[in-house]
Amino acid sequence: MAADSLAPAADAALPQARERAARFLAARHRLRPIEALPWLVALAAFFIFPDRMMLGSQALIMILFALSLDLILGFAGIVTLGHAAFFGIGAYTAGLLITRLQWTEPVTGLLCAAACAAFGGVLSGWILLRYRGLALLVLVLTLATTIVLQEVGNLIPDFTGGYDGIPGVVPASLLGTFEYDLYGHTYYLYALAVLFLLFFLVRRIVYSPFGSALAGIRENVARMHALGSPVHGRLVTAYAIVGVAGALFAQTNGFVTLGVFDFERSAGVMVMLILGGTSWLYGAFIGAVLYMVLENRLSAVSPEFWQFGLGFVLVAGVLLIRRPRWDWMGLWRKVRAQ
Amino acid sequence: MTKNTVAEEAARPRERHPQDDGEFYLMANTAISILFDGVSYAMFLFIVSVGLSVTMGLMGFVNLAHGAFAMAGGYLVVTATQSWGLPFPLALIIAAVTIGAISILFERTLYAGLYGASELDQVLMTIGLTFMVIAAITYFYGPLPEHVRVPDYLTGEINLGFRSFPTYRVFIILIGVVLIAVLYGFERTSLGAKIRAAVDNARMAQSIGIDVARLFRISFALGSGLAALGGGLAIQLFGLTPSFAILYLVFFLLVVAVGGSGTLWDTLIAALVLGICDTAGKYLYADAGGFFIYAVAVAILLIKPAGLYGRG
Repeated sequence: MAADSLAPAADAALPQARERAARFLAARHRLRPIEALPWLVALAAFFIFPDRMMLGSQALIMILFALSLDLILGFAGIVTLGHAAFFGIGAYTAGLLITRLQWTEPVTGLLCAAACAAFGGVLSGWILLRYRGLALLVLVLTLATTIVLQEVGNLIPDFTGGYDGIPGVVPASLLGTFEYDLYGHTYYLYALAVLFLLFFLVRRIVYSPFGSALAGIRENVARMHALGSPVHGRLVTAYAIVGVAGALFAQTNGFVTLGVFDFERSAGVMVMLILGGTSWLYGAFIGAVLYMVLENRLSAVSPEFWQFGLGFVLVAGVLLIRRPRWDWMGLWRKVRAQ
Repeated sequence: MTKNTVAEEAARPRERHPQDDGEFYLMANTAISILFDGVSYAMFLFIVSVGLSVTMGLMGFVNLAHGAFAMAGGYLVVTATQSWGLPFPLALIIAAVTIGAISILFERTLYAGLYGASELDQVLMTIGLTFMVIAAITYFYGPLPEHVRVPDYLTGEINLGFRSFPTYRVFIILIGVVLIAVLYGFERTSLGAKIRAAVDNARMAQSIGIDVARLFRISFALGSGLAALGGGLAIQLFGLTPSFAILYLVFFLLVVAVGGSGTLWDTLIAALVLGICDTAGKYLYADAGGFFIYAVAVAILLIKPAGLYGRG
C-alpha cells in the first residue's frame, strides 16, 4: 500500500478498530456460564463429603496460594523459589495475633495477615523487580529469604514457639455467630467465601489495566518503568492474597509451625500452578486439586513414593509437555488422519 | 634444686606466657580459628560450586540439581567405605568419577533439550530431578544422618608449629589447593581457553566456531564430579541426610551469584568471602551467626547485583 493512501484508510478504519478492540476486551472478561462450575463443585463437595471438610479447606487454601503465585509468576513472570515466605508471614501473623495478642476475631486477622504479607511483598518487590533480568539472583534471594525467615522464627522461640510452632490458634466464632466445629464445616465455607471474593477481585484485576500492567512487567519491566507504571505497588495485591491464604491455613488448622517456610511448600505451589497451567486463573483450581489428589494417593504408598512421583511429574511435564522435543500435536494429527 | 638455679630462675625475665595478655591472645587465637575453619569451609564451597559457576556462565543454565549431585556423591562414599570396605580417599575418587559419568547421561537426556529454554522450565526440571534423587536416596538409605569412617591419619590434630589444627580440615584445604592448581593448569590448555572464552561471551565463541554445547557437556560432567567429591568431603563435617541437596543448595547458589562471572578466581574469592564470613558469624554470635552469610551475600548483591565480578 502506498504511504499516502495509508493515512485516510487508517482514519476511516479507526472507529471500527476501536469498536472491535472494545468488543474483544469486553468478551475477554465476560463471565461465561462454565465459570460457575468450580464453585458448584466446591459446594457439592460440601454436601457429598461432609467428613472430609478439613481436607477440603486445605484444598481451597492451596487454590488461593496458587492463585497468588499465578499473579506473580504467570502474569508478572517472576520465577520465585520463596513464595512460601509470604504464606508463612500470613500464617504467623494470624497465629500470633490469636495466641499472643488475644485478638481472636478471624476476619480482621485475615486483613492483618494480608497487610503484613503485602508489606513484605513491597520490600521484596523493591529488590527483585530491579534485578528481574538476573535469573540466578532472583532465585537465590527468594530462596534465602525463606530460609532467613525460618531461622528468625527459630531464633526467638519465646515469641514464635521455635520449631514446635504455635499450638492453639483457635479463632473466635466467625462474625460472632458461626462456631468453629471439629469437622471443619464452618471453616470450609469460610475459606470458600474468602476464595470466592478474592478470586473475583483477582479476575477483575487481571482483565483491567492493572492486569495488563502485570503482563507488561512480565514482558518488559524496564519499559513498564519507563511508561511510569507503578510496578512495585501493583504486585502488592498478589502478596496480600498469599498472606490471606497463610492466615486461613493457620486459622483452620489451629496451629502454625516453621514448616510453613519449607522449600517443599514453595516448590509445591509452583508445581500446582504448572499442573493447572499458568496465567489463566483457573490453573490454580485444577492444579491445587490435582496436586492434593496425587499427594493423597501417592503418600498412601510411601512418602518417598510421593516425592519421587512429584519429581517425575515435574521432569516429565517440562520435557514432554512444556518443551516437547517431539511434536505431539503433529503426531496426533497424523494418527487421526490415518 | 640448687640455690644457684633458683637465683637464676628469679633473675631471668619471666617468659611471656600467652595467657598473660589473655585478651589479645584469645582474640588472635579466635581470629586464626575463624580464618582456618573459614578457609576450609570455603574450600568445600569452592569444590562444589566451581562447576556450577562455569556451567551457569556458559549457558546461563540454572541447575538446581547441583546440590543433589553433591549429595549423591556423599552417599556413594558412604556405600563405598561401609559396604565395599574401600579406603576413604579411593571412595572419594570413585564417587567423583561415577557421578561425573552419570551426569553425562542426565545431560544428554534431560538437560540438552532445555538450552535456551525459559528459566522457569529449567528451574522446574531441575527441582523435579532433585526431588527424584532425594526420594530415591531416602528410599535406599533412610532419612537418618549417615556418617563415614575416615582413616586414622585424617582424624585428630596436626601441629603446624605455632598451634595445632584438625587434620581433616587441613586435608580439605589441601584438596582445595591441589584442585585450584589443577584447574589453573587446565585453564591454560586449549580446552580451558575455549571454556574461558565461551564463559566470557558464548555467542562470540559460538560464532568463531567453538562448540559451546560440547564445552557445556564437559564442564557439566567435571562440575558434577567435583560436586560429588565435595559431598563426600562434607559428610565428616556436617553429616549427611537426604535434605543436604536443598539445605546446602542455597550456599552453592550464593557463591555462584556473588562470584558472578563464572571464572575460577571469582568463584574462589566468593567462596572465601562467604566461607569466612559464615564461620566468623557462627564463632562470634552463636545464636544469630547463621544469618551472617546471608547478610553479607545480600549486601554484596544489592551493591553489585551481577556479582563481584559480573557484568550487567
